[in-house]
Amino acid sequence: MFSWELLANALVAGLLLGGFYTAVSLGISLIFGLLDIANIAQPAFLILGSYAAYVMNTAFGLDPILTGVLFTPLFYGLGVVVYRVYYGSFERRGEESLRGLVFFFGLLFIIEVSLSLKYGVDYRLVQAAYIGKSIDLGGVGIAYRLLVPCLVGLAMTLALYLFLGRTFYGRAIMAVSQDGPALRLMGADPIHIKTIAFGIGIAAASLAGALLITIAPVIPSTDRDYIGRMFAITVLGGMGSIGGTLVASVILGVIESLMGTFFGPSWSLAVSFGILLIALAVRPAGLFGR
Amino acid sequence: MRRTGAVLLVGLAVVAAGIVVASLRVNPYLYFAGYVILQYVVIATAWNILGGYGGYVNFGTPAFFALGAYTAVFLIQTIRAPLPVLILAGGLVSALLGLGIGYLTLRLRGVFFSIATLALSIVLQTMIMNWEFVGGSRGLSVLRPSGPPFGSYVTFLFTVMVLLAVIAVTVARFIERSWIGRGLAALRDNEEAAECMGVPTLRLKLFATTVSGLLLGVAGAPFPYYVTFVEPNSAFAIDYAVNALAMPMIGGTTSWMGPVIGAVLLGTAQQLATVTISSEMNLFIVGVVLVAFVVLAPEGILGLVRRLRGR
Amino acid sequence: MRQRGRRSIAWTVGGAVAVALLLASAGAFTARAADPIKIGFGMALTGGLSANGKPALLAMQIWKDDVNKKGGLLGRPVELVFYDDQTNPATVPGIYTKMLDVDKVDLVVSGYGTNLIAPLMPIAMERKLTVIGIFGLANNEKYRYPNYFQISPTGPDPATSTATGFFELAAKQNPRPQTVALVGADAEYPQTALVGARELIKRHGFKTVYDKTYPPSTVDYTPIVRAIKAVNPDVLFVASYPPDSVGMLRAAHEVSLQPKLFGGGMVGLQFTTVMTSMGPMLNGIVNYDYWVPEPTMMFPGIQDFFKQYQPRAAKEGVDTLGYYLPPYAYAAMQVLGQAVEASKSIDQQKIADYIRATEFTTIVGKIKFGKNGEWAKGRTLMVQYQKVQGSDIEQFRGPGKKPVLYPDELKSGNIIYPYSAALK
Repeated sequence: MFSWELLANALVAGLLLGGFYTAVSLGISLIFGLLDIANIAQPAFLILGSYAAYVMNTAFGLDPILTGVLFTPLFYGLGVVVYRVYYGSFERRGEESLRGLVFFFGLLFIIEVSLSLKYGVDYRLVQAAYIGKSIDLGGVGIAYRLLVPCLVGLAMTLALYLFLGRTFYGRAIMAVSQDGPALRLMGADPIHIKTIAFGIGIAAASLAGALLITIAPVIPSTDRDYIGRMFAITVLGGMGSIGGTLVASVILGVIESLMGTFFGPSWSLAVSFGILLIALAVRPAGLFGR
Repeated sequence: MRRTGAVLLVGLAVVAAGIVVASLRVNPYLYFAGYVILQYVVIATAWNILGGYGGYVNFGTPAFFALGAYTAVFLIQTIRAPLPVLILAGGLVSALLGLGIGYLTLRLRGVFFSIATLALSIVLQTMIMNWEFVGGSRGLSVLRPSGPPFGSYVTFLFTVMVLLAVIAVTVARFIERSWIGRGLAALRDNEEAAECMGVPTLRLKLFATTVSGLLLGVAGAPFPYYVTFVEPNSAFAIDYAVNALAMPMIGGTTSWMGPVIGAVLLGTAQQLATVTISSEMNLFIVGVVLVAFVVLAPEGILGLVRRLRGR
Repeated sequence: MRQRGRRSIAWTVGGAVAVALLLASAGAFTARAADPIKIGFGMALTGGLSANGKPALLAMQIWKDDVNKKGGLLGRPVELVFYDDQTNPATVPGIYTKMLDVDKVDLVVSGYGTNLIAPLMPIAMERKLTVIGIFGLANNEKYRYPNYFQISPTGPDPATSTATGFFELAAKQNPRPQTVALVGADAEYPQTALVGARELIKRHGFKTVYDKTYPPSTVDYTPIVRAIKAVNPDVLFVASYPPDSVGMLRAAHEVSLQPKLFGGGMVGLQFTTVMTSMGPMLNGIVNYDYWVPEPTMMFPGIQDFFKQYQPRAAKEGVDTLGYYLPPYAYAAMQVLGQAVEASKSIDQQKIADYIRATEFTTIVGKIKFGKNGEWAKGRTLMVQYQKVQGSDIEQFRGPGKKPVLYPDELKSGNIIYPYSAALK
C-alpha cells in the first residue's frame, strides 16, 4: 500500500524522530566518541532524567522540558562524581577496558533497579500543553509531541557543536580526545577537562530523558531499548563527530519510520542494529569518523 | 600431564558424587535450585574464557544461552531428539554464532566487540519473536520426555548439569594452562604488543569466542526441559548478562576457580533470595556487589585470598 | 604448587557442599503455626506483570482475612505462602517445589498470567495437584489435564474471547461496516487475540485491509496509525499492552484516525493510572473488560470486597480502584475455599471433582467450569468509554463512564456509533 502522502508522512516522522535520537545520543557521542569511555550506563541516566521530569510534572505540574533544563546542573554534578570514581578506580591504573565496562554495567543496573524499587513498573506519563495536538502542513501532519523534542534536540546539538568549536573548554575537550599529554603541555589539566566533558554528557542525558517521557511512556527497563540505539548512532556517525551523530540519528529515525509504515514495524528495531553490525564490519570509523 | 590425569579423576569423582546425591532423593527442591546454580557455573566459566582470559567483555550472554535453548526447542518440535543431541546441537549453533561475531569484529578494538554483542542480543530476540514455529512471542510449552534413566526428570537434568559443569571447568582449566591461555593473557594485557611478539591474536580471538559460545549454548540446551515453557523475554533475560559478568568478577577472572566460586556464592544467594526477600532487591544487590568488587577488589575473591596468604 | 592447587580444589568443593547444606537446612527453619491450612503460590510482585500481580495478591490476602474471620476452613486457620516469581517462568519450578517439599503447603494456586502458569502444569500433573489458574490464556489446551481450572471469564475458546463481543457489535451496526484493520504487539496476549480476531472476521464475512504487528519497544506509533488511516478501515481492532495502548491512542488522536469502531483488546486502558492520565482521549473506545462498576455487575459480595480493597490498595500504592483483576483473584480463592468446605477435605482429587461438578456463586457472579477447565460460558465484556472528562479518578468509581455493551445479559448502556460521535 503505497502513496506519496504516506511516504511524505513517514519521512517527516522519521526526521522528527531523528532529531530526538540526536538528543539521546549526544551524551554518548561526547563520552564515548570523544573521551573514549564506554559508558554503558548512559541510558540509565536518560531514564533518570525521564523520572525527574515525571516527578516534577506530577508534583508541581512543571513542563517536562523545563524540568530537564533545570536539572542539568544536578546531573552535571552527578556526572562529575561518577567520572571521579571511574578515573580513580580505573583510568589512573590503566585498566580501563574490562573493568571500566563492567563498572558501568553495574551502575546501569543499580540505577534501573533503584528506580524500579522506588516507582514500581507502572508506565509513567507526563502532561503538557502540546501533547495530543498536531499541525497539518499540506497533507503532512506533524505532532507537537514529536516536534518540540526534535527542535530541542537540534538546539542541543547546535549548542554542543558551537561549544566544542568556539569556546576554550570546548576546544580543550577536543584536544584532550586527540592528545592528552600535549594538552598538559599547554597548561590545561586533562583530568579536569575530561571531568567537565563527562559532566556535560550526563547533563545532556537529563534533558534527553525529559524529551523521552514527553514522547512515550517510560518504565525503568526502557533504558535497554536505548543502549543499542545510542551506540549504533555514535558508531555509525563516526566517533567524535557531533555532525555525524546528527546524520546517523536521522538515518536511524527515517529507517525505523519507513519500516514501520511500509513493511510492518516488527523488524524495524532489528534492522537498525543490523545496520550497526554491518557498519562495524565494513567501516568501523563510521560516516564522519576520524 | 600427570596433573591432567589427577584432574580427570577429580572430575569423575564430582560427577559420581552428583549421581549419588541425585539418587538419594533428597528434598527435590535442592535439585531445582542446584540445577540453576550449576547452570551458572557453566555460564560463568564460559564467559570467563573470553572475558577473563582474553579481556573481551561479552554483554550478549543471553543471545548465546537462548540460542542454545531455542535450538533445542526446534529439535524437540521437529524430531524429538534425545537430550545428548540437543546439547551437542545447541553448543554447535552457539559456537557458530560466537565464531561469526568474532569474525565480524576481528580487527576492531575490544569495546566494539562488546557493543556488537549488545546489538546481537536484540537482533536475535527479534528474530525469535517472529519465528512462530518455536512459539514466537507467545512462547512454547515443552513436554518432558517420559522415563528418565533414574529418579524424576529434574533429578536427571541435575546430574546432566553436574557433568556439563565438570566438562566446562575442565575445558577452562585446560585452556588456562596451555599455550592458548598464555596467548590469551598476552592478548588481554596488550593486544598490539602481543601481535608484535608473534602471538596469533586473531586466531586466538576466534578460538575464544567460539569456545565461549559453545559452552553457553551447551548451558542453554537442557533449559527447555527444565522450565517446560520457553518464551523470548525470559530466555533472553538480562539476568544472564549481569550474572555472567558478576560471577567471574566476584570470584576472580584469572583462574578457572573464580567463576566457580562466584557462581556458587552468587547463585546460591539468589536462590535463597528468591524464596525470601523481594527479587528487585536481589538485582539491586547484584549490581552493588558487582560495582563494589570491580572498584575495590578487581581480582575477586581469589585475589583477596591470595593477598591474605601474603603472596 | 600441587599442594596448593589441591587445597584450592578442596576449598572450592568444601564450600560448595557447605552451601548445599545451608540450602537444605533453610527449609528446616520454616516455622509451623497451629496446624493451619497452607495455600502456596508464586505471584508477579516484580517485573512486567507486577502491576497486576500486586493487586491480585492484595485481593487474595483480603480473602484470607475474610475466611479466617469466619473461623477458617474446616475449622483451621488459613495461611498464604507466596514468593515473587519476578514475571520469570524459570523461577516457577523452583518456587513451587520449595513450597511443596520444604514449606509443605496443602493446596496450590497459580501465579498471574499465561507465562507463569505454563511451567506449573507439568509439576501439577506429576504430583496430581488441583490447580486454579489466574488469568491464563489456553494453558491447558496442550495438556488437557482434568484437575486444572481457570479463573478468567474468557470461556471455552480463549483465543476468540476478546474478539467475539467486538465483532458481534460491529455486525449489529447499521449500515454494516465492511472493512477491518488489525494491529497488535509482538507479544503473548496480543498475538492470541489477533488469531481470534482473524477467525471472527472470517465468520462474519468482513474484509481485512490491514494486518500488521509491531515490536513492543516501538517509540513512535505515528507511522503505524498513518498507514492504517491510509486504508480507511471501518473497524480498527487493536491488541496491545499498556505502553502501546497509550501510544497508539495518542498517535491516533494526533492524526485524527477515526474508524467507525475502534478498540478491541487494548490491555492497560483498564488500569486506574492510565484512565486518569488519558482522560477524554478514551471516549468512544470499545474495549474488552472484566468488571466495571455498572448496575448489572453488582454481584453478591462485590461491594463489600471493594470497601475493603480500595483503602488498603491506596495505602500499599497499587491500583487504587482495582476493577480489573482483583475481584477474580478473590473469586479464585472463593472457589477453592468453597470446594474444600463442601468436600470436607484437602484431598486434591476430591476438591477437583467437586469443582468440576458445581456451579459456584462468587463475587464475580456464577461460575461453572467446562472443557479444559475454562468457564463453560465466556463472559468477556465489551465496554465503551463515554463522556469521560478531565483526569478525575472519582468519575470512574461509579457507573456511567464505561457502560457494558456486550454480552446482552449484562448490558447496561447503548453504544455511541460511529466512534467520532463519542468524541464530541
